[in-house]
Amino acid sequence: MSDGGAALGGSGALIDIHAHFYQSGSGRSSWSELNASRLAAGERIGITWHVGSILGSWGARSPVYFQSPADTVAGNDAMLQVQAAEQRRVRSWAAVNPNDTDAALAELERCRQRGAIGIKLAAARRAADPLLDPLLRYAKEYHLPVLHHAWQRRPGAVAGQDPSDAIDLCALAARHPAVALVLAHIGGGGDWSHTLPAVRDVPNVYLDLSGSGVDRGMLDQAVEQVGAGRLVWGADLTLCTGLAKLWALDVIGLSPGDRECIRWRNAAKIFPEGAFPGLAA
Amino acid sequence: MSQVTVDVSALIGSYPFRELPHPDPGTLVGVLDRERIERAWVGHLPTAFHRDPRKGNESLYRELSPFRNRLDPAPVVRPDWPAWERELSRATDEGAVAIRAYPQHWGFGPEHPALVELARASAKAALPVVLTVKFEDGRQRHSLDVAGDLPAATVRGLARAGTQARIVVIAAGRDMIEEIHWGLTPFERELVWFDTSWIWGPPEDDFAHLIRTIGASRFVYGTGWPLRLAQVSRANLALLPPDLSGAALADPATWRVG
Repeated sequence: MSDGGAALGGSGALIDIHAHFYQSGSGRSSWSELNASRLAAGERIGITWHVGSILGSWGARSPVYFQSPADTVAGNDAMLQVQAAEQRRVRSWAAVNPNDTDAALAELERCRQRGAIGIKLAAARRAADPLLDPLLRYAKEYHLPVLHHAWQRRPGAVAGQDPSDAIDLCALAARHPAVALVLAHIGGGGDWSHTLPAVRDVPNVYLDLSGSGVDRGMLDQAVEQVGAGRLVWGADLTLCTGLAKLWALDVIGLSPGDRECIRWRNAAKIFPEGAFPGLAA
Repeated sequence: MSQVTVDVSALIGSYPFRELPHPDPGTLVGVLDRERIERAWVGHLPTAFHRDPRKGNESLYRELSPFRNRLDPAPVVRPDWPAWERELSRATDEGAVAIRAYPQHWGFGPEHPALVELARASAKAALPVVLTVKFEDGRQRHSLDVAGDLPAATVRGLARAGTQARIVVIAAGRDMIEEIHWGLTPFERELVWFDTSWIWGPPEDDFAHLIRTIGASRFVYGTGWPLRLAQVSRANLALLPPDLSGAALADPATWRVG
């Protein structure tokens, strides 16, 4: 805490596995204020590490979920610049569009060498598509987790994206059992009650708790059906709901050890060793 | 955070589209204690989906009766139903603090005359009219849940009707709040409040923006319990920038004098 007060989110380490930042090419004049606001709120909540991504130009020059190669590189460059400027609290996902496999693999390698610690996939291709397999093999080689955007119990079509749901992710996870796949934002849209039983018996699928959705029962049932060992905390675009979920985790009957797992220990386990100096799973 | 006097958006009872943990008044009182909230205006969730609200209101009064030192009924009055005035009168007799209306569930479009009549009668009875924008995120709704979100036009239409009724809008986000507020005259704005349960904090800082532009006095504290985590509004207040940390929301407890 910069002001010396107690962290709103409680004591102990805390990793936000699903953060987003903006860049000058995002089409929003307030991009630097948004980044500053996230970091300031993170200080007040007590977030030890933000693991963030920038999805290309956020739609300014190519679609958010179908980024052009140039936007992909620009977004990742900007994210890595945030990491470089905030070495003690920010880490990066490398966000790629898997439709051009060679370009995606080259971008992953470029970003990994510059310090990215995981792969972010969004909605340019469904997760079950074999086109993702080379990227997952890359993830396995370097022990990189994959954070995959999800639309839970997806409908047949969603404007502007080819989203994946838990069924899609589990198909990919079954083909790559050594890779940790994180299903993004169970509070981020779609029906979380469809996700929980779908991933229950797939041990390499983790759930991030982020998203604006704060349905009562969601956290309890996630613990009941999936277990605290495969849940990771995150905020995504709304840090207020992230803080509310931290407070809710304190009152749903979790052991201190389980809370610690969700707050940071599970995340530290799935990233490369040394990704978070001072934290060891 | 200092003690909050009233949660305006609490409910009890089951929800047709998913299981809610312990949606009973005893649990609600425990949540109020934990969240340091003195009282709650409490609606009856199943009644939102009934055609005739009379029996649901009876359940509400009955279930709240052991908890009336903390929980105040906010029954449903449906103004296109026969003898609705009797239901409003009963609300007064039962000590209700507000009435809930669900124009979307009843098939009312904006500026429906029955809604205006309800507001006029509610103003006479000194009962605020509570309008709910949504119960759930639109991306997860059941295929039978097709009423849709309350349009801003419905709220504007009601506020412009000159009924003098206090209008409390539950679960509106920034866009809707601004569309309503800036679509009213300064005098009309003074009769519309928004609960805090569905407004985003950092990094977008919608809540801070609205307090700076519209003013804290246009907001009332709401949790959306038992559908939503009661902690969200507390988190939003806690994350306000330091210069807004003392922002005082409106206090509906002061409205009871009527």
